Amino acid sequence: MVFLWAFIVGGIICVIGQIMFDVFKLTPGHTLSTLVVIGAILAGFGLYEKLIDFAGAGATVPITSFGNSLVQGAMQESKKHGLIGVITGMFEITSSGISSAIIFGMIGALLFKPKG
Amino acid sequence: MSNNKKKNLTPTQQQYQAFAKKREVKRPVVKNCIKAFFVGGSICAFGQAISTFYMHFFNFTEQTVGNPTVATIIFITMLLTGFGVYDHFAQFAGAGTAVPVSGFGNAVISAAIEHRTEGFVLGVGGNMFKLAGSVILFGVFSAFIISLVKTILIQWGGF
Repeated sequence: MVFLWAFIVGGIICVIGQIMFDVFKLTPGHTLSTLVVIGAILAGFGLYEKLIDFAGAGATVPITSFGNSLVQGAMQESKKHGLIGVITGMFEITSSGISSAIIFGMIGALLFKPKG
Repeated sequence: MSNNKKKNLTPTQQQYQAFAKKREVKRPVVKNCIKAFFVGGSICAFGQAISTFYMHFFNFTEQTVGNPTVATIIFITMLLTGFGVYDHFAQFAGAGTAVPVSGFGNAVISAAIEHRTEGFVLGVGGNMFKLAGSVILFGVFSAFIISLVKTILIQWGGF
């Protein structure tokens, strides 16, 4: 059942992105930045966690989860260290996405030659 | 185009803008949305399969399983980008491949591969986050503001 909800929720988030592309004529950069900010705002109100419980990867795979995990990391650490924790904990949860992008980007650049 | 910009144009330029707008190819919005829905949904369902695998064999919970899932999807994106498959796929699916985290991975990895001819330090190192940098900047900055406000409310507001 969770597969079906992952499919539907993930699909809907992608449709929102597609509407931003086609109807509002935003570039991919603007669209993705907007979605990340939306994810962070939803996380601020505690709504994104509920979406993850409900849709699983449908909520964690789209880029909106990046904004969510930044806020989650910052809030987790700020419970322990107060305001300083907001800065020290920011990348606590997101580190896997960014570090894997950097590491695999470097490996890709070593292995593959540009095409075309 | 905003009205403010329009005021600064000469009449000929305004005529051209109107003409260009008439000739602009209408984007098939509904068809693109359906494609984006199915491709994006499939990527998320695939991600769910990876998540289920990690939850079963490596003791992750529903909230933490996002991390290894994201890393695995970025790894697969690297292979697809390197073999030149991803571009064709992305052209077909539009936002369906751009919005899932694979789009973020593709933006980083394709920039890294594309600029390797300029050398590893200035080319790969300098251009890796050319496209994905805006996502990180706005994500981090908005998350900072939100967490700051929330922390202040919790600590001094007594919520």
